[in-house]
Amino acid sequence: MTPQTRFSGGFTDAPVQAAHAFRAAMTVMARPGEIRQLVGATPPEGLSVAAGTLLLTLSDPDTGVYLAGAADSPAVRQWLTFHTGAPLVPAAQADFAVGLWQDLMPLEQYRIGTPEYPDRSATLIVECGVLHQSGATLRGPGIRDTARLALPDVAALQANSDLYPLGCDFFFTCGDTVAALPRSTRIEPKG
Amino acid sequence: MNEYNFAYLDEQTKRMIRRAILKALAVPGYQVPFASREMPMPYGWGTGGVQVSAATLTPDDVFKVIDQGADDTTNAVSIRKFFEKTAGVATTEETGKATIIQTRHRIPEARLRADQILVYQVPIPEPLRFLEPRETETRKMHSLQEYGLMHVKLYEDISQHGAISTAYAYPVRVADRYVMDPSPIPKFDNPKLEMDAIQLFGAGREQRIYALPPHTRVVSLDFEDYPFEASKADHACNLCGAEDSYLDEVITDDAGNRMFVCSDTDYCRSRREAGHQGRLAQEGTA
Amino acid sequence: MYVAVKGGEKAIENAHAWLAEERRGDPGVAELSLAQIREQLSLAVNRVMAEGSLYDPDLAALAIKQARGDLIEAIFLIRAYRTTLPRFGCSTPVDTGGMACDRRISATFKDAPGGQVLGPTFDYTHRLLDFKLAADGAVPAAPSAAPRHEPTPHITEFLKDEGLIQDEPASDEPPGDLTREPMEFPADRPLRLQALTRGDEGFVLGMAYSTQRGYARNHAFVGELRIGTVAVEMEIPELGFAIEIGEIVLTECETVNQFKGSKTEPPQFTRGYGLVFGQSERKAIAMALVDRALRWEELGEDDLGAPAQDQEFVLSHADNIQATGFLEHIKLPHYVDFQSELELVRKLRREAEERLEAREAAE
Repeated sequence: MTPQTRFSGGFTDAPVQAAHAFRAAMTVMARPGEIRQLVGATPPEGLSVAAGTLLLTLSDPDTGVYLAGAADSPAVRQWLTFHTGAPLVPAAQADFAVGLWQDLMPLEQYRIGTPEYPDRSATLIVECGVLHQSGATLRGPGIRDTARLALPDVAALQANSDLYPLGCDFFFTCGDTVAALPRSTRIEPKG
Repeated sequence: MNEYNFAYLDEQTKRMIRRAILKALAVPGYQVPFASREMPMPYGWGTGGVQVSAATLTPDDVFKVIDQGADDTTNAVSIRKFFEKTAGVATTEETGKATIIQTRHRIPEARLRADQILVYQVPIPEPLRFLEPRETETRKMHSLQEYGLMHVKLYEDISQHGAISTAYAYPVRVADRYVMDPSPIPKFDNPKLEMDAIQLFGAGREQRIYALPPHTRVVSLDFEDYPFEASKADHACNLCGAEDSYLDEVITDDAGNRMFVCSDTDYCRSRREAGHQGRLAQEGTA
Repeated sequence: MYVAVKGGEKAIENAHAWLAEERRGDPGVAELSLAQIREQLSLAVNRVMAEGSLYDPDLAALAIKQARGDLIEAIFLIRAYRTTLPRFGCSTPVDTGGMACDRRISATFKDAPGGQVLGPTFDYTHRLLDFKLAADGAVPAAPSAAPRHEPTPHITEFLKDEGLIQDEPASDEPPGDLTREPMEFPADRPLRLQALTRGDEGFVLGMAYSTQRGYARNHAFVGELRIGTVAVEMEIPELGFAIEIGEIVLTECETVNQFKGSKTEPPQFTRGYGLVFGQSERKAIAMALVDRALRWEELGEDDLGAPAQDQEFVLSHADNIQATGFLEHIKLPHYVDFQSELELVRKLRREAEERLEAREAAE
């Protein structure tokens, strides 16, 4: 394997790869519980392929990124800065935050939008060990009847959706796959 | 060969639009502000829809554009050409073959599938705008769910005319939260807003993007004693015989005679190809 | 019999071919060169650059030629082109105090350091058609004088030294950018000034005129109007200092406005500000008047309900590219919406007739 440098691992054909990546991201955000493949980037250790691809697709000098825990390594910092120019910011200012669930917590530190501008909220990219369609039951926009998704912390995510229309939105990444949970989804623990 | 980036917009602009689309999907019916760019077509001519399509298209897509339900209206032709040229995507007039459909003023008659995306061109995204011209006020009204003014307006219609006199751009409540303008589609199309496909709404001049994820609950505003009614001309299509499609009325001679034809040209064509015939089908195809 | 409207594509192509022919006009007449437009229609070029928000006289000349002299269409071409340009960085603020002035006048002081310089102005020309120009445009060279090398101080500085005019403290806060961020109300002054400088000249003029006629009158004097060349400098991170990357011509107007004081401010003069690309003095003066009218809130003045005080009204309607697009879009087909209205009106009439008949039958 070739050594990862800050200059490598970006998109080789940005307009096309970013377009495909966005479609996967949009599909999962529009359909909570669905799992899609998300590829294009080869990020350094500390970021999954899906999380790295999401960041290349969505972040740039206009968005603050918060790196949590293992994601906050010199290699990831250099790689992200080189490829996106996104400023690294504390959690409270982040447009995007990436890391393991426990490293990203507490949830209260992120922006949840304002009553007049609920869109001004953070999107968390949660790196997961596994991603599968079991566990909590999801209902709401994007879901025909119900959907299922394994979630890291049902109580915290329920509290987030109780803030609706405010709140954070989530991508869950695992290897080269992604799922999402917008704030509009109502969550019931596995019954 | 192509002097512009894929799908015309630069990558940074696309990222900005894509971020807005994701937030729009997360808060259905809420209008996300976005820094709309000047496009090479005028504001009011679909720049919002064009920017949303440009940020959503991949080279694998098959793109369809309709205006008033028809693929051959001049502005639809112009927008289709724009994406053929700048994105090199395949285009089609067949609803079933399209993966992204950009539309002005109609929802196709054929039921859209989960793998399709419908992009609306929106002139005035704010459903409360004609009741309250100030953005600062309407934004507050949405944040507080102060939608009483809208109900008062609709009720005044009823007391004055015996019916709600809004025939298109009929307001809806989305996921029990935001009141949304479905763009100037005829109210006949409102029940179709609950669908399997993703719906994205782009208003370029007004710098807003909003969205309906699949299967989102969309309720046309009404009253218990005056329920919402999706109406259309009480005729069948004179070309294909369809009784369930929205119809255009065409004046056919100097005596003012009329005929009624499907506004959705692809729906009408596919029905005629399947052997359906309307009252004037023989003459029409002659 | 009915044939559905087809052939939109062919119709568009033919229309565009005809347009190209009309643009060229009589081929027996020599074609305009871009240099001719740039040099001889320079005020049109300036307006296109100002409202197009792109300083490039050659491109503006091309746009004017392509638009057949329709300046709003030319501005539109420039705006659409501007969208496709990558952004390499931002310049440092231009120093209009260091402007090499071609024109500099003050209506508030008879004379001041730097003098009153009329420059190339239409002022005091008698507006008589010059028929000689129809035959022969050759002109003798204008007399020239040695240029002034020292900076020309701003007139308002003299008032400021005496504490008679409201201070405008400098700020290092980066201004918002309305071409990159959606407009949000209330908009701060940097955003308002951006919207005004690229706003339609006619609209801004009309708004300014309304303040003079009593709709939020603010008693403006032209403290100073200056037109000239300034250097544009940019910080180069690799160098660690700013270097000059070019020169542009600007028109700057500062008005001095009467102010009786308010709950928060002592009696003093206040300011309105206009800054526009090129020689565009009508626009710069109008901008300053509207800017001043929009400052009522920060100065603790009353909201008189005047249109020029209403920032949502002014800023939402100043852009001629937005306005012309939306205005002209009503010529696109709307027959689906019209059909739904048609059905509704028929239904309402039918029901009204039925009610009438029922009432007559009952009587």
